[in-house]
Amino acid sequence: MKAVSPGSRGPTLRALGLTLPLVAFIGVTFLAPLAAMLVRSVYDPVVADALPETLQALAPWDGEGVPSEAAFAALASELVAASDARTVGQVATRLNRVESGLRSVVTRTARRLRNAEINPDATTPWRDAVVSVADAWEDAGTWRAIRRAGERVTPRHYLNALDLDQGAHDEIVRQPEDLRIYVPLLVRTLVVSTSITVLCLLLGYPVAYLIAHAAPTRANLLLLLVLVPFWTSLLVRTTAWIVLLQSRGVVNDLLVTAGVIEDEQRLQMIYNMTGTIVAMTHVLLPFMVLPLYAVMRTIPSLHMSAAASLGASFGQAFRRVYWPQTLPGVGAGSLLVFILAIGYYITPALVGGRTGQLISNMIAYHMQQSLNWGLAAALGGILLACVVGLYLLYDRLVGVERMRLG
Amino acid sequence: MNAGTNAYVEFEGVHKSYDGETEVVRDLHLSVQEGEFLTLLGPSGSGKTTCLMMLAGFEAPTRGAIRLGGRTIHDVPPRQRDIGMVFQNYALFPHLTVGENLRFPLEVRGMDKAVAAERVRDAMRLVRLEGFEARRPGELSGGQQQRVAIARALVFEPRLVLMDEPLGALDRRLREEMQFEIRRIQRTLGVTVIYVTHDQQEAMVMSDRVAVFNRGRIEQVAAPEVLYEEPERPFVATFIGDNNLLRGEVVDVDGDYCQVDIGEHTITAFLVSPRAVGDTVVLAVRPERIGLADEPGTYGNEFVVPISDVIFLGDHLLVRATMGEQGDFVVKIPNIVGHGAVLPGDRVRIGWTATDCRALVPDED
Repeated sequence: MKAVSPGSRGPTLRALGLTLPLVAFIGVTFLAPLAAMLVRSVYDPVVADALPETLQALAPWDGEGVPSEAAFAALASELVAASDARTVGQVATRLNRVESGLRSVVTRTARRLRNAEINPDATTPWRDAVVSVADAWEDAGTWRAIRRAGERVTPRHYLNALDLDQGAHDEIVRQPEDLRIYVPLLVRTLVVSTSITVLCLLLGYPVAYLIAHAAPTRANLLLLLVLVPFWTSLLVRTTAWIVLLQSRGVVNDLLVTAGVIEDEQRLQMIYNMTGTIVAMTHVLLPFMVLPLYAVMRTIPSLHMSAAASLGASFGQAFRRVYWPQTLPGVGAGSLLVFILAIGYYITPALVGGRTGQLISNMIAYHMQQSLNWGLAAALGGILLACVVGLYLLYDRLVGVERMRLG
Repeated sequence: MNAGTNAYVEFEGVHKSYDGETEVVRDLHLSVQEGEFLTLLGPSGSGKTTCLMMLAGFEAPTRGAIRLGGRTIHDVPPRQRDIGMVFQNYALFPHLTVGENLRFPLEVRGMDKAVAAERVRDAMRLVRLEGFEARRPGELSGGQQQRVAIARALVFEPRLVLMDEPLGALDRRLREEMQFEIRRIQRTLGVTVIYVTHDQQEAMVMSDRVAVFNRGRIEQVAAPEVLYEEPERPFVATFIGDNNLLRGEVVDVDGDYCQVDIGEHTITAFLVSPRAVGDTVVLAVRPERIGLADEPGTYGNEFVVPISDVIFLGDHLLVRATMGEQGDFVVKIPNIVGHGAVLPGDRVRIGWTATDCRALVPDED
């Protein structure tokens, strides 16, 4: 006989039904954009859609020398068509990303073709007409670039994001040293995020301990002090750091007044990495304190007394008895701070200056300035992979089910 | 026995106040002999746990001296006192196994691993928990956790073990079982135990002596049977077992006995401490020492009283009688008279001998 009566399924279904709006919301605002971003990082149909016949004509070409007349003819007609459809700029941008310098070549050729300034006849084939606009059309590299940009599904953005490139024969090569920017930036982001996590832990652990083991009224007050910055606008907090840390700011003024430094030696504490680290540590501190506090609150202070009565010094008691019990909180707080830090954008943008920028600022740059969304998406994808990898590592070491967030 | 010369633990004029005004422990004098099982018994807030914490080193006395083995220990931090402690909620470390919990005090002392393992095995055998070393405390029952806590407090062989209401969280059956267990362990090892409880039965079962605490003071320190038979204060008389208290005025004193006027009657009672005519005393009579007097003149003190209620409790009857202005009065009659021998509304003759009625100095308010 079934224990569940038929009527009891209704409420469960109704309860599930109530969560539908949220499920839909998450789907539309989170999962869909995430999927779109991941797709965009490997899928780019612009060139393939604009130059289908050119690409077809290039298919039998061996990649050396100059392709057939058919390819030139197809290119000429499709560039004119793209000009009419106003997509030639997009095509030029994409080609330029594969082989820099091609933007002007393509736009110039398209303009001249459209204005019918160059017109092949029986004596001058398409090839000579096109080459007369730019010598680049005689270069095999240009045509290889067109062929590569014409791939709909491409590892190009990920290779770019990892400072790699495809050579003439599709082999993967590292970018020349002076062009490597993303890997050093990613490494810098990871190092800075780790430093911020460690700083937050060092600063937050004693605070969480104090709150967790203080008398209730005092604990509430302390918790409030932790939360007040949390409730203040991020922009206000960051601006406050500018006021404090700038070269004519409060901290420098105090140091000069106290005679610690000379007036000419004012410290540069903002618009560089120092500014980024200080401001981000402050912003992210509550995310460390709260999970730690949640875990510490469940540890009876009696444990430390018991350890002392058993003959342990404070150091021994802390190391063997208290610290291990706070590990789920340390893990949760660190994971939270680290994940937030590697994707942090606004604070480095405001106080990071030139040297304090992180990978997210580069993503923003590619989203808003260079409009290379494919690369931005690939950088985002790498960031996502870092976070997922970290989460799996945490699960392996501590166990996600032991994580407590508050 | 002269306290101070061979006492192992000694409190001398100890005061403790947290806020500088109210004293939770007032002028405490107490000495404990080596190998003794002493219980600090009292209601909650009477200062007994504070005494234990001062001895363990987690609190410092405001005034007075605490000596351990003849040395004052005020400057010795808790970890150097070598006192085993069993806490109310066991305070076992949940992230360590039972074995690791027991090894902890040995490890922090830098003991050799092999010796430590031997000690842990012995301690586990002592509390009858062999084979549980690899478990976590959370996987054990309350009684088993308690045994682990006791083993951990004993494993480093302290000469003194303090226990702060260790059985409070257990159910009644388990509590009784553990009382005998703790007593057995203490006898086996000959270790000195100071035990805090608010449960008078627990104190009676285990202790060599009991110190009864009330509002920061010790009312009386004595063996359990002495506390029961010869309470010196009304608080002790009612806290240990049941007692009927009657307030009255001394009208005559004759050696160890006195005549006390309680309003309607005059009662002959045993004088515990010297009192003069006109002084107020509190008379304490145990319900089971009161009998039905079939013939007048059976007891030294006899009265005819109305019965207000009779409760049948199997082996005895609890009879509630009214004693004039003094209010209710309980008599415990063994069930040899049979059910229905006494009925509410009856007027019966009850009485007790003068030795069973103790005239005590009233508690100050």
